[in-house]
Amino acid sequence: MPDKATRDGFGEGLLELGKTNPNVVALSGDLEDSARAIWFKKEFPDRFFSVGIAEQDMVGTAAGLAMAGKIPFACSFSQFVTGKALEQMRMAVCYQKLNVKIVGSHGGLSVGADGATAEALEEFAHLRSLPHMTVIAPCDALEAKKATLAAAVYPGPVYLRLGRAPVPPLTKPDDPFEIGKANLLREGTDVTLIACGVMVAQALQAAELLTKDEISACVLNLHTIKPLDKGAILKAARQTGAIVTAEEHTVLGGLGSAVAEVVVQEHPVPMRLVGVMDRFGTSGDPAVLLKAFHLMPEDIAKAARDVIRLK
Amino acid sequence: MTRPDPAALRRLAVELRQVILRTIAKAGSGHPGGSLSMVELLVGLYWYILRHDPKRPDWPERDVFLLSKGHGCPTLYTVLAFQGYFPREELTTLRQYPTRLQGHPEKGSPPGVEMASGSLGQGLSMANGIALADRLDGRRRRIFCLLGDGEIQEGQIWEAAMTAHHHALESVCAIVDANQLQQNGPVKHIQDIEPLADKWRAFGWEAKEIDGHDIVQVMDAYDWAAAVRGRPQVVVARTVKGKGVSFMELNPAWHGVAPKPDELEKALKELEVAAHDIAPR
Repeated sequence: MPDKATRDGFGEGLLELGKTNPNVVALSGDLEDSARAIWFKKEFPDRFFSVGIAEQDMVGTAAGLAMAGKIPFACSFSQFVTGKALEQMRMAVCYQKLNVKIVGSHGGLSVGADGATAEALEEFAHLRSLPHMTVIAPCDALEAKKATLAAAVYPGPVYLRLGRAPVPPLTKPDDPFEIGKANLLREGTDVTLIACGVMVAQALQAAELLTKDEISACVLNLHTIKPLDKGAILKAARQTGAIVTAEEHTVLGGLGSAVAEVVVQEHPVPMRLVGVMDRFGTSGDPAVLLKAFHLMPEDIAKAARDVIRLK
Repeated sequence: MTRPDPAALRRLAVELRQVILRTIAKAGSGHPGGSLSMVELLVGLYWYILRHDPKRPDWPERDVFLLSKGHGCPTLYTVLAFQGYFPREELTTLRQYPTRLQGHPEKGSPPGVEMASGSLGQGLSMANGIALADRLDGRRRRIFCLLGDGEIQEGQIWEAAMTAHHHALESVCAIVDANQLQQNGPVKHIQDIEPLADKWRAFGWEAKEIDGHDIVQVMDAYDWAAAVRGRPQVVVARTVKGKGVSFMELNPAWHGVAPKPDELEKALKELEVAAHDIAPR
């Protein structure tokens, strides 16, 4: 299977929903091509609404559609929809517990050449603090498609974080996907690597690197950052006694913070957070950027060796 | 549509103002100025144009009223209570824990409140979304959205204005409660929004200016809006913030302060006199 971007998986999922669920509609602020909602738009023009480059109005309009019984998918770049329309997500979507699905393509550093202004690195922190919000960051295109289908039947607000760059396929068609339920990708006894999005592939490679040091690493795909699969996290903490988290997002308030909130309160074990260290992104080839920002398998492996020493 | 007797509606407006002020005074906080300016606009909706049923707040075919200027909710709550959506006695719980009558509206709390508001500028986008869904489903009903004149300084309003025009949402009717003041002073000093009607027309809307305290003009305007085809409509209602109470009228100090007992008494007396001046029953 060739590499494929998570946004492509979303586009396929949305198109399938168009055929199977007449209540699904989509909106975009002139980014339907980038976010792959354009495939739905071409097939179902009456159920696609263009709102212009106006993310706040897009989210508000989506809220209205949901108030009248529709299941709207509002699509844009992650940064623009979650940054500009945060207040609309808070009051119009989450406070009203509406069935609105926010889709952010181009999340994380893997946007690449477009640079810092388009690279969303803070939205997990923003969105997971909103009551009723669900936050999902799929690891490959197939999981993104499954997440899209699952979001449509999951009541309430959902945010899907998608990437622009193609990523290797990690999941298989019959692998389970359930919102709020982490997937164990690799068993291990010395340390648990917990990751989401593109960092799942990096974590799997890190686990492979660690075998050279005779370290057995468990890998958990925590595709749902909220609601958190506390059971899976605590089980990992008990069984391996050390945790490294990895995310293509700031370490302030994201996946690592969410995991730490559970671990420190319920089963404290040493932790290391791999992520973006309180800085903006920059322009460059996605692969080069992951290296420059220390989000490589080697970085995760190093954090794992460090954290094991603290056990 | 048969019209209610304007004199009866005028008397009703005075009574509503009295209850609104009592409700805010009991709560000890709230926004009397902007609540008093919108009374006739809601009377015209709930006692004339809106197709609604207080016994079935979720009736799918109902017309929808969205209060975007959420701080005016004492008036919405009072109107809904008078209409029978919930018991009038509950008005005394405004803003006090635990209550269904939040300081700014929560969707469905109490029944009849269609939308959350309090963060200004958001209602018109939701009106458009409902109208788009209605069009898809072949549901023919009207969506009214009440905006404040200060509120339309929010950019999202104009994003939504473009969306309503672009999608030719004729079921959407915005109402601007142009009461001339906002929290820190006259709108024209804080940030001028005029020429109001021409602005909306430039955005592709049909616009009509009225005296928002003249109940006949209000009903006429709603009839006018219902007859417009192919475009969203806006009723620019020229109103007076704090209407009906001399010391509150056009005084920015009454934006967000509850009347004290002596002030309430004075206000209620003034309204009593006003009620007597309306043509006899």
